[in-house]
Amino acid sequence: MSEIPQLSADGIDPKMVEAMIRQGIPYCAALGVEVIEVKRSHVTLSLPYNSDLVGDPANGILHGGAITSLVDSVAGMAVFAAMQKLQAVATLDLRIDYLKPALAHKAVYATAECYKLTRSIAFVRARAYHPDTPDDLVANCVATFMIGSSDKPPLPKGTKIPGVQA
Amino acid sequence: MSDFATLIAEARTKRDFAPFLAAVPYFRFLGLTVKAGESEGELICVLPADPKLIGNARLPALHGGVVGALLESVAIVQLIWSAETDRIPKIIDLQVDYLRSARPVETFARAIITKHGRRVANVRAEAWQDDPARPVAAAHAHFLLA
Repeated sequence: MSEIPQLSADGIDPKMVEAMIRQGIPYCAALGVEVIEVKRSHVTLSLPYNSDLVGDPANGILHGGAITSLVDSVAGMAVFAAMQKLQAVATLDLRIDYLKPALAHKAVYATAECYKLTRSIAFVRARAYHPDTPDDLVANCVATFMIGSSDKPPLPKGTKIPGVQA
Repeated sequence: MSDFATLIAEARTKRDFAPFLAAVPYFRFLGLTVKAGESEGELICVLPADPKLIGNARLPALHGGVVGALLESVAIVQLIWSAETDRIPKIIDLQVDYLRSARPVETFARAIITKHGRRVANVRAEAWQDDPARPVAAAHAHFLLA
């Protein structure tokens, strides 16, 4: 089994996580996902508004799939942050309620919290919102993840990021 | 009717989703296409293999969000096909079960409308790669129609 990259204690450098995304999660890089905050207790990512992600050209509202992608990503990150290591995880299920459409030309933030971590399973809740109205949710989500779904850490081999060796 | 509503109506009457898919930016972003399924009225959405859709570069595997987006998209396309609407149905909720790791290869999805109410539709969808009998993910979702 390959060694599992460890993350330092609380207050993980968002720039380091952003570098991980660029190298290990091409789809998040393609969406332009940015890291806002990474704490052991919660992670916040941002999806800047991008007209390529519009689902209904009649109103410029983002496709639900773009929100799903952001929420799945932030939920996975919250599991890494809670475990304090980059062990492979796999989404088992993800349930999203789309409470209101994401407004055109506004960034969407998503914050996730891994509220229960067992040896095999991580339970996560996440919410998506516009940063200026954090209580007026765009989406609410619960997800479960299997831990140790693969013995390969979720970064390309030889990745060199300060604080993380894959 | 707006130009976009016309595209939706034409997708249904001419049985050609290409102009509609081309008009939706996110479908273009994913590279989504639609083909006829095996049974009458069944559509299959095809997601091409594309390195930008990878969520785990090490395995490698498609991003879970992409798989979720594909399942939502096939549900929308199937609803437009089946319903007399000139608007895109609005998603209310979506539950995705991830059954297998999705490799970064061409991926297919189909949807079944379980219940088509006046205002709300309940849809089941599944996605597969080589073998429809071995789905990589299954979903069910509700959409607001009115």
